[in-house]
Amino acid sequence: MCLDEEAFIMSKISTTMNLSNIPTGVQARVTAVKGEGFITRRLMEMGVVPGVLVRLVKSAPFGDPIEVRLLGYSLAIRKNEAEAIEVEL
Amino acid sequence: MPAAFKMNERPQTSLNITVALAGNPNAGKTTLFNFLTGLNQKVANYPGVTVERKAGTWRIGEVTARLIDLPGLYSLETTSLDESIARDVLTGDVEGIRRPDAIVAVVDATNLERNLYLVTQLFEFGIPVVVALTMIDVFEKQKHQIDVGKMSELLRAPVVEVNAKSGRGKSELVASVNKIVGSKPAIPFVAEAHGENGNSKIFARYNFISDVIQRSVKHNDREAHQLSEKIDRLLTHKFFGLLILVAVLLLIFQAIFSWATLPMDLLDKGFGSLGDAVRSQAPEGILTDLLVDGIIAGVGGVMVFLPQILLLFLFISILEDTGYLARAAFLLDKLMSRVGLHGKAFLPLMSSFACAIPGIMATRTIEDRRDRFATIMIAPFMSCSARLPVYTLMIGAFFTGQTVFGFISLGAVLMLAMYMLGIFAAIIVAFVLKRTILKARPAPFVMELPPYRLPNIRTIFQNMLTRAWLFVKRAGTVILAISIILWALMYFPHHVPSPDSQGPSQSPVEATDEQQTTNDKQLTGYESNQLKQSYAGKLGHVIEPVIRPLGFDWKIGVALIASFAAREVLVSTLSIIYNVGKDENEQSETLISAIRNAKKQDGSVVWTPLTAVTLMVFFVLAMQCMSTVAVVRREMNSWKWTLFMVGYMTTLAYAAALATYQGGKLLGY
Repeated sequence: MCLDEEAFIMSKISTTMNLSNIPTGVQARVTAVKGEGFITRRLMEMGVVPGVLVRLVKSAPFGDPIEVRLLGYSLAIRKNEAEAIEVEL
Repeated sequence: MPAAFKMNERPQTSLNITVALAGNPNAGKTTLFNFLTGLNQKVANYPGVTVERKAGTWRIGEVTARLIDLPGLYSLETTSLDESIARDVLTGDVEGIRRPDAIVAVVDATNLERNLYLVTQLFEFGIPVVVALTMIDVFEKQKHQIDVGKMSELLRAPVVEVNAKSGRGKSELVASVNKIVGSKPAIPFVAEAHGENGNSKIFARYNFISDVIQRSVKHNDREAHQLSEKIDRLLTHKFFGLLILVAVLLLIFQAIFSWATLPMDLLDKGFGSLGDAVRSQAPEGILTDLLVDGIIAGVGGVMVFLPQILLLFLFISILEDTGYLARAAFLLDKLMSRVGLHGKAFLPLMSSFACAIPGIMATRTIEDRRDRFATIMIAPFMSCSARLPVYTLMIGAFFTGQTVFGFISLGAVLMLAMYMLGIFAAIIVAFVLKRTILKARPAPFVMELPPYRLPNIRTIFQNMLTRAWLFVKRAGTVILAISIILWALMYFPHHVPSPDSQGPSQSPVEATDEQQTTNDKQLTGYESNQLKQSYAGKLGHVIEPVIRPLGFDWKIGVALIASFAAREVLVSTLSIIYNVGKDENEQSETLISAIRNAKKQDGSVVWTPLTAVTLMVFFVLAMQCMSTVAVVRREMNSWKWTLFMVGYMTTLAYAAALATYQGGKLLGY
């Protein structure tokens, strides 16, 4: 009970979340891309670098992947990858 | 394939310099390449791999440049095949290509940041770079402004606005390339890596780009590509998007299976008359037999599928060029990922319903090697058009006029069941493969959804013809070899029909129609006899114990062996073996009644409806297509994988056919 309350308050205070759980249509700023592997590298090369604005356009019919808009183009990524992208609103 | 290229490699005084064309996918690189080279281009593969190697000649005033079209790239530092090939070209490590004297970097003006990222990497190769800005008309329509002089100063490289449609910028591009060749390339900035991984380098490059853009581009506040987003409200809609996708696929299937019928029939007749013409002109003998029955019939049998393949490639090219293909992968990725495949695998698999060869060739768009291999492994399970004659014959012989629930034709149900069986097998095998030998962490799905664009007709047709030609070359050479081998198996040991067996000798002039018919019958009998005593016939006897549990006799065995070259050969082989003449088709009444009446030595019938279903099941699952085997070998560059595929598919086909036959017998069929 106590833990739940704490988590709830934390979520209200902190504006940092990852790209897979921001609401559709909302724009956010990338703060970090976690991890060091191929996926991280590919995401960054596609322009997902700290400071860039991203907007969640929509998710595909079965909930995954998602379409995000950044740097004037559209990128489709799986939610799995989106979880590694930290953003702030 | 390199041989074709070698001819171009000879020192030609007119080809003075080499220029590489580099750019992101969808940046308008192909259009610019066509614009600069006209029809002076050649497509082949890089040695040992299946990355397309496109080169052309480009006249730059006095000099002639060899223009190398690199594969579409987002970066030069990750591990994909395309990227490592491009790197090798730029460092001069590809056999037969000189290290480029200049790079033309194609940059989509409507997508500057990400496109310039590749350019920052290109600077590091020490080759002078010219930046060609494409899509400039769209960019200006969006009321953005670009200060080309400023951008050029910041990048320390010439920047030229080009438009292939209006011809704008061609002479400036020529002048710029001429100017920079031989000059010492300027490096606008150095991205230094901090820490262990190179990701700080990526960050530094984007910072540099962001600075360049801030100082040289005036953006209109309105966001670009609004139109594409509006179109996508419908085309990637949760419900209508899927509905439209199904409609598009149906249209393509309709086209492949009905519009292609007429040209296919014409080709079929064409090869038939070509064979007849050669037969009537050339002297009788083994060489003529080889030419007519081996080469013309064998190669013709595959070329008949060319109209379907052309149509399929036409549609793929259109879908690719408009940007819809990426949406289809986006819509279907979740479904495909359930069995461990990439969203992009759907198109190769769909193509395989026409023919597995273009399908397997289309897997090249899948970046991850394991995903690609898994897709190739299951592609032949999709019921291709070569299986149709087999299904049609079996259904025609045993299931015509029967209905399910009184109104659905049993034949149609069976046909559908065969297609579903193939899909089902594919799902199971993909699932198993991705959890065993092709096991890996799920490959990243990071895919650009390019803005919708009107297709460029020239690019589309060029794409279609290039791919079709690769098919003809690939399939053609192997089919030729296999046709000759199979022909030899069925031809030797050769028995010349003795004069006695043809009845009292008579000069052909005097022969009446009636006698001619008798002669024909005897000739067919002779053909059948020849087949029985040939090596193929003997092989049929050899494998009979193996196929007996499936309800097949040695005659069906011979047909199975022959159909290993191509599935539809089953029909003509059965026609020969049942003495009805090899020209009967799958709807022939004579062939159907011959099959129904065929008896074993003990007098029982060979074929029951159960045998027919068993044979169909076998054909759904077995790897009976030498051209597919050849293409798989080329695409995977491994005999091990190819043999594994043949082995597991044949085993699966045998097991399923055995289960069908024995299970059916137990149920009393």
